[in-house]
Amino acid sequence: MELLLSTLFLPLLGFIFLLFINREKVSYLKFFSLLFSIGTFVVSIFLFLKFDFNNPNFQFKIEQIWIPILDAGFRVGIDGVSILLVMLTTFISPITILSSFSSIETRQKEYYSLILLLQFAMTGVFVALDTFLFYIFWELVLIPMYFIIGLWGSKNRIYAAVKFFIYTVVGSLFMLVAIIWLGIYVGSNILQTPYGFTSNLILIREVLAVNSIPFTVEKWLFLAFALSFCIKVPLFPLHTWLPDAHTEAPTPGSVILAGILLKLGTYGLIRFNVELFTNSAIFYAPFFSILAVIGIIYGALVSAVQTDVKRLVAFSSVSHLGFVVLGIFSMTVEGMQGAIIQMVNHGLSTGMLFLAVGILYERRHTREMAEYGGIARPMPAFSVFFALAMLASVGLPGLNGFVGEFLTLLGAFKSPILNSWLYTIFAATGVIFAAVYLLTMFQKVVFGPITNPVNKNLKDINFREWSYLVPIVIFIVWIGVYPKFFLNYSEKTVKSIINKTYELKIAKPNPSPYFKDISVTNSFTK
Amino acid sequence: MTSWVYLVPLFPLAGFLILGIFGKFLKKEAIIGTIGSGTIFLSFLLSSLILFEWISKGYSEPKVVVIYPWIVTGDLSVNIAYLVDQLSILFSLIVTGVGFLIHVYSIGYMHGDRGFYRFFAYLNLFIFMMLNLVLANSFLLTFLGWEGVGLCSYLLIGFWYDRKFEGTKIEWTGDAGNKAFIVNRIGDFGFLIAMFILFLNFQTLDYLELNKIFTLSFDGFYNTALITTTTLLLFLACTGKSAQIPLAVWLPDAMAGPTPVSALIHAATMVTSGIFLVARNATLFSLAPSTLMIIAIVGTFTAFYAASIGLVQNDIKKVLAYSTVSQLGFMFSALGVGAFVAGVFHVMTHAFFKGLLFLGAGAVIHGMHEEQNIKNMGGLRKYMPKTYSTFLVATIAISGIPFFSGFFSKDEILWKVFDSGNILLWLILVVSSLFTAFYMFRLLNLVFLGKERFDSYHIHPHEAPKVMTVPLQILAFLSIFGGFLGIPYILGFWFSEHPNLIETWLYPVFTDATKILASTGTIKAHHIPHLAIGEYILMGFSILIALLGIILANKFYSDETLAIPRKLSTKFNLFYKTLYNKYYVDEFYFFAIADPIISTSKNFLWKFFDDKIIDGFVNGAGKVTVAISDILKRMQSGFVQNYATFMFLGVIIIILWMLLIV
Repeated sequence: MELLLSTLFLPLLGFIFLLFINREKVSYLKFFSLLFSIGTFVVSIFLFLKFDFNNPNFQFKIEQIWIPILDAGFRVGIDGVSILLVMLTTFISPITILSSFSSIETRQKEYYSLILLLQFAMTGVFVALDTFLFYIFWELVLIPMYFIIGLWGSKNRIYAAVKFFIYTVVGSLFMLVAIIWLGIYVGSNILQTPYGFTSNLILIREVLAVNSIPFTVEKWLFLAFALSFCIKVPLFPLHTWLPDAHTEAPTPGSVILAGILLKLGTYGLIRFNVELFTNSAIFYAPFFSILAVIGIIYGALVSAVQTDVKRLVAFSSVSHLGFVVLGIFSMTVEGMQGAIIQMVNHGLSTGMLFLAVGILYERRHTREMAEYGGIARPMPAFSVFFALAMLASVGLPGLNGFVGEFLTLLGAFKSPILNSWLYTIFAATGVIFAAVYLLTMFQKVVFGPITNPVNKNLKDINFREWSYLVPIVIFIVWIGVYPKFFLNYSEKTVKSIINKTYELKIAKPNPSPYFKDISVTNSFTK
Repeated sequence: MTSWVYLVPLFPLAGFLILGIFGKFLKKEAIIGTIGSGTIFLSFLLSSLILFEWISKGYSEPKVVVIYPWIVTGDLSVNIAYLVDQLSILFSLIVTGVGFLIHVYSIGYMHGDRGFYRFFAYLNLFIFMMLNLVLANSFLLTFLGWEGVGLCSYLLIGFWYDRKFEGTKIEWTGDAGNKAFIVNRIGDFGFLIAMFILFLNFQTLDYLELNKIFTLSFDGFYNTALITTTTLLLFLACTGKSAQIPLAVWLPDAMAGPTPVSALIHAATMVTSGIFLVARNATLFSLAPSTLMIIAIVGTFTAFYAASIGLVQNDIKKVLAYSTVSQLGFMFSALGVGAFVAGVFHVMTHAFFKGLLFLGAGAVIHGMHEEQNIKNMGGLRKYMPKTYSTFLVATIAISGIPFFSGFFSKDEILWKVFDSGNILLWLILVVSSLFTAFYMFRLLNLVFLGKERFDSYHIHPHEAPKVMTVPLQILAFLSIFGGFLGIPYILGFWFSEHPNLIETWLYPVFTDATKILASTGTIKAHHIPHLAIGEYILMGFSILIALLGIILANKFYSDETLAIPRKLSTKFNLFYKTLYNKYYVDEFYFFAIADPIISTSKNFLWKFFDDKIIDGFVNGAGKVTVAISDILKRMQSGFVQNYATFMFLGVIIIILWMLLIV
């Protein structure tokens, strides 16, 4: 219990602490922000170790009512779906802070405090078990991110920041309406609580499991939540804020955006859309899966024609997150497990790609691929790390990306809800295109001869850069070589989610000795 | 010994890690070379010990050694586990044996290279991945190796990343690496989908379990759309990795890599993965007669296509590359007619002589200071006697001259294709063999014989050092005698009931598949070995064909003026150009597939759809909001009269509303 509280509040404590440091003492600011974030990571390791992955329910639960009239409370807890994402957050945050040391040169005080505030808010989203609290954290994420893009970004930062903000807020407002409706419905219609409202997520879950909302209404609730989450993911065609935000944000901003922020959306899709509105999720699964598949291909194709390396990586996120959404809406254990591990993978490998691009940017102050070429010679160690991140993104077996892609595709393939091979067949072409855009980028930047003499004397990565790249590589390899360790953590929870889906809503597909799936027997008997 | 099989891939992995992490600090090439090749030697040793154990104890059932659970979730449970059987032992021996020789050779070839340790690290990683591919007990682990060898191939093709390399839309060696990886990915797409289909229907990706299912109720599966689709998708993967039509285009460009790489990866081992995959799943493929037919056709046409291109190429490595594509086609033809043993046998002999040819080419390139155009060579025999004699052996072997290794394996393929009744395919293969003998002796003539056509003032060809020639000699020995492992019954009946050792050894692996094929009439069931007159006639015929090719090549190219080839190339200029430009396949792919995708992505998806449509809507929504506010803000003029007017209007509206509606 204390562990979860400390994981959540240590960054906030750091935020407050940093307010009291003199803005001239930049090294203090750096030191303490790093200290707090590493401290949080250490605490979260204990949380991770104490987490019982055989228990599918919420653990480390804390409940404290703060607004009785809304039945709103400080309710937090984690389960198999959130534990890995909390760990991802605590892991990526110190890395972004380390990478900020060189990339942020103005207003450090505001910057480092905002980063810690952001970490607090993101962790909050993952642990909140109260719709009201969830909404607060959800919106709180926006503020620091808005400033990080707007203040420390590059040339077009204001446009990008405003676009990011408005896009997201539009979605959240719909979600707010849905949260209120849900609170009133459960609070007054079913439970008849004193004030006719509740925001207790566990309670809502339990109630909805027994009394389902009229389908016509549930569909609207589902869509309201989905809109908000899909903007965050971002799901095609709601993705256009992402390339701008990613490109204009400073390196650490992009890392947080890609690494953690996008996962708020996919997490929400599981936590609310699939768990609460299962009927609608089944109803809309084909629709969202189609959008996901379009996103996979679209993101990859557009990525392939970029000349700005950061924009290229940004579009690749659209493609990679498509796999996550596809996995979620496959509504199979494999698919959802793949989605969860893919969220972590994307955070690691795309985060690392952004770090690598940032390392280059700091040395050359350009993101145009044509400016580079032949980097392998002056920066051999860097090139190895860059290659690893690139290959992880390509989905090479043995590295992390493959596990997620394989499982999501497999899940979509066997999904009785999607009930068609076409999703997987189209989505799998994304695997081909991923090789196209990433290898081409790598060729242009790292291989080839040195065309620009400035690149001849670039310094290879320094100790600080080593220190934040190596840990990522460890996890990239670890997840690739022994994914069972990580899959175990979410296995039980995911199974219980999927089982509920099958028990309540649809009949299990009839198991026959060889042709388990109905669609297959239909199309594949002689 | 068998339970120690995990050490076989572990040694190269250790080598990779040591060299990859500490290689920079190892200053001596000798140490790096020893680590690099020593690890492979240990693997080879262990593989040999396993082989001896299997022979001495007479094992025949496959054994599985589980290392640890890999991807386990939902219904999926895949272990890292190795499957030891006759097939995987044979492939491990080829990979580590030929691999070891090529590693040793590389010590000499890569001498003085800036990336010496990097090279050996990559090679070790390659062997590790290749061993995973052949030892895997499940599709998924094979896929790990499959993609892993692709990665190493990519890294090694672009090893000299700042060197130029010419090809269609290829400028640097790295571009060639990209091409190889991307084309292979298209094949891997098939592999992935095939795995999904298998898992969906059988809940397992384990080779043995699947084999059991297929064997037990093969009637139910025979010729079903399910099996045909799966096998076709797997074969798509094979066409990628083993460079068959339609994905053959990457292999010639893969020659951008250092020559030992071409020998090891792009001739002896990796490109035969496709044959391995089909052989490993022989039972599955035997259930799909239409797929087998397609494999036979594709293999045969690839054999012809590549051999014909090889006739006119002038780059020593390109000739060999097309030759490899062509020989792989031969192997697939064999698989396609159900002659799995013949296909695998040719993998082995091909590894010997083609590895040798590439290494010999490397020695030539080395001795000629990076010259690769055979038009600028000639007369090297004098300067490089050892290279010449070994190269000659390999050339004879690949041409199919009796009692050299290539003769046995190729002849068996030709016979099996003929015996299966596909006379047309057989005919095409015979023509391809003629081409093979021709282009190989053309190469030999232009490189080693005749007058020196290079600038002997600047270039002083020299024999390669011992570390390079000894592997050549060992491979030459194998190229001569390796074929005796597969003596056909008609030649060996006088000393043994089963003179074909390879067939006897591999018999248990293909038992199920052979039974299915025989019972469904795809192959003829020869229950007892017999002497077929036809087989003797065909053998004699194919020897004559080989001799014809050799004689023609010698006639054409021993003449210094090259009068006949010149005349032919002008007379049949269109033909010549088509062959020289590889049937324009690359150009066609770019024109029909790659370029349209790129331009659509750029001009339509990005510049139009993203920027104009979606962002037009998003920014438009913002602009509309601003525009409306612009109008509304005029109401806040600050003049009391205006506010009073609005108030008055408002009151009137309310009154009207109450009167008229409520």
